[in-house]
Amino acid sequence: MSEDNAAFRAEISGWMQDNLQGEYQCLRHRGGPGDEDAHPELRKQWEQHLARARWTCVGWPEQYGGRNLTPAQQVIFHEEYARAGGPGRVGHLGETLIGPTLIALGSEEQKQRFLPGIVAGTQYWCQGYSEPNAGSDLGNVQTKARQDEAGGDWIVDGQKVWTSLAHESQWVFVLARCEPGSKGNKGLIFLLMPLDQPGIEVRPIKQLTGTSEFSEVFFDGARARNADVVGAPGAGWKIAMALLGFERGLSTLGQQAHFEHELQLVCAAAKANGAARNPMLRNRIAQAWMGLKAMRYNAMRMLATSPDGTVDGAADNAGLIAKYYWSNWHRDFGKLAADVLGFDADIASTEPALLRLQQVFFFSRADTIYAGTNEIQLNIIAERGLGMPKEARPAN
Amino acid sequence: MDFALNSDQTMIRDTAAAFLADASSSAAVRAAMAGASGFDAKVWQTLAQELAWCATAIPEEYEGLGLACFETVLLAEQCGRFLLCAPYFATACLSVPVLLETGNAAACGRYLPQIAGGTLTATTALSATGLDWQPGKVAAAAIRQDDHYLLSGAYRQVIDAATAGLLLLPARLPGGETALFAVSATAAGLSATTHDTFDRTRRTGAVKLDQVRVDAGDMLACGEALDKSMQRACAGAAIALAAEQVGGAQACLDMTLAYIAERKQFGRSIASFQAIKHRCAEMMVRIEAARSAVHGAARQAATRPGDADLTLEAACAKALASDAYFYCAQESIQLHGGVGFTWEYDPHLHFKRAQAGGHWLGSSDELRERVAANLLGAI
Ligand SMILES: Cc1cc2nc3c(=O)[nH]c(=O)nc-3n(C[C@H](O)[C@H](O)[C@H](O)COP(=O)(O)OP(=O)(O)OC[C@H]3O[C@@H](n4cnc5c(N)ncnc54)[C@H](O)[C@@H]3O)c2cc1C
Repeated sequence: MSEDNAAFRAEISGWMQDNLQGEYQCLRHRGGPGDEDAHPELRKQWEQHLARARWTCVGWPEQYGGRNLTPAQQVIFHEEYARAGGPGRVGHLGETLIGPTLIALGSEEQKQRFLPGIVAGTQYWCQGYSEPNAGSDLGNVQTKARQDEAGGDWIVDGQKVWTSLAHESQWVFVLARCEPGSKGNKGLIFLLMPLDQPGIEVRPIKQLTGTSEFSEVFFDGARARNADVVGAPGAGWKIAMALLGFERGLSTLGQQAHFEHELQLVCAAAKANGAARNPMLRNRIAQAWMGLKAMRYNAMRMLATSPDGTVDGAADNAGLIAKYYWSNWHRDFGKLAADVLGFDADIASTEPALLRLQQVFFFSRADTIYAGTNEIQLNIIAERGLGMPKEARPAN
Repeated sequence: MDFALNSDQTMIRDTAAAFLADASSSAAVRAAMAGASGFDAKVWQTLAQELAWCATAIPEEYEGLGLACFETVLLAEQCGRFLLCAPYFATACLSVPVLLETGNAAACGRYLPQIAGGTLTATTALSATGLDWQPGKVAAAAIRQDDHYLLSGAYRQVIDAATAGLLLLPARLPGGETALFAVSATAAGLSATTHDTFDRTRRTGAVKLDQVRVDAGDMLACGEALDKSMQRACAGAAIALAAEQVGGAQACLDMTLAYIAERKQFGRSIASFQAIKHRCAEMMVRIEAARSAVHGAARQAATRPGDADLTLEAACAKALASDAYFYCAQESIQLHGGVGFTWEYDPHLHFKRAQAGGHWLGSSDELRERVAANLLGAI
């Protein structure tokens, strides 16, 4: 098995070497959170280039265009992709969130209609969950969906906010309230909606980074076909939560390969500017190295499958801490990078290595906010991991 | 590398936990702390002879079980969790790796079967002053005479100094090289005293050598070869110590959770306050991250990595575990309120053990500097 894996590893790194070349050369280590405005069009072409070689959606079943790779092989794929400097994937919300959700819970027609575009790198998705009054308290979404008696379409009014990559996407999956007067996670609906329609307006929001990677999305009589409801109307929460379950996926080890690259940049910068002789900074760099190692082993524990089927809660514990751990690691690391750079951290750079570290310093501030804030993560760890009393929740 | 425990491994862990829950209960720990030797001889007999814990990582050719470093780590974690007072760490986690790494087949053949059988305990001195391998800080001297050596000198801190049956002691040869000797506790001229340590769950003491005669065959290794083996052995010991610390940190969290679930203030269980939930969750985050680092390091160690890699794995495991242990011990005192400051409740036992072990085999700052030197070059 490990020989096959070594061959597979070599195949991917070889392919990346051969293909991340020429016009795509400039994409190395570009894109992804904090750098989404780097060559968006070229990165979409790259998605299609990947797709032609069947390197998108590699974990999906073959019948839906995937390669049905084992978890171990998917880990290898993500690691080698990241190590080669593979650009941030514009299609990741389709590939890792809505695609797997449709495969698990979508109708046959939805699978037929949407999965091929996601696999081909031609159809991009964004996530319409958060609203001005529904962030951590996602169950408070107020965007309304009512069914048009005539055609059966769903008519949507309301607003989403912080919708990442809305400006690069054609489709949005929306959590909305379809039972008037319902409260909390009851009475919700999960809809698939084209963004390019008269009732939808996307307004980019300028982030503290100065760039815009997320937007406000306004719905004013916007339409979703009845066939584009996932699950049953009224049971949208179940779909929305199932989708979040896919978030904690195998790409974590690929993410760590990116972190490793960033750490190498910091070490190189420290050696170049003399920060490597500062004992306090040395200590912090070593601490970051250790944290990354722990993160890697933690991911391996989380993904572990017992050889003889022994049930072991340890994997669940490793999974529970993963998001809190990596996001805080990355945020601390961003500060460390800026401290190592010193004055160079303060002047916007065009030099790729410097720019990357500057982006990390700023963007990592969001890591502890999206996908469950630090405080919400700690609530979840305390309640699910330690069985502590639940937070008071308004009666539904 | 698959990180799941197989059924044998879960059995080793669970059997150890079940045994220690009784044999190393809080009352048992306190009795051992008050005793002269620092441990309960009966418990040790069961553990070493019947359960064969010391045999775990000893190869079959020396009458051991031939299991990997990983199984030792599973046992050590439980020892830490239950604050086991016993010569287990110094014997099985420190001295066994030293004997194996120095690779003197005759000495291994002499001592390892006795250790595996639970009839011999051992310890190792690492420098004249502290508990980290520092060949430059060895003060004892050894002079060769015909078929034996004469050793004289002193070691200030040795784990289980006064109770170990076999002492592995470094001493400087006339040429300046350091050599390691296996010395019986009963050798004439050897004296050991026990320190009045704050951490009563593990005794350390001083050892003095006055013209102690040691057979030439008990010189285990010297010079560069010794240095290399000691670094590898200490890495193995550090991983085991880190596992103990993870177990100790877990105990601090478990004990705190049990207490705060019962304790009521302001008309509700204090466990329902979010500030307290978050602090417990933070403990769990540090414990699980450290456990991941320790399990990862132990699995790596089993693949016999190069010296530098092994040292870094151990540094990472030990620094994270050691910091997590101290963090959890201090949180546990705080979250217990007034009773956390009493002798009667257990948090202080962990607090003291966490502090003491914190600088064994390298303090976290020293270990981070080791990693930094590897990443950035020497300062
Ligand atoms: C870069 C970025 C990208 C994003 N992309 C998307 C996207 O694509 N799609 C999408 O739907 N959303 C997205 N989000 C939104 C994100 O999910 C929310 O910002 C997040 O859930 C927090 O909600 P909020 O902003 O309303 O903050 P609030 O929920 O108002 O939180 C404010 C503060 O209060 C704390 N708090 C809230 N509730 C509790 C509690 N019960 N206990 C203790 N503390 C509490 C929070 O931790 C936080 O510190 C993105 C956010 C960012 C920053």
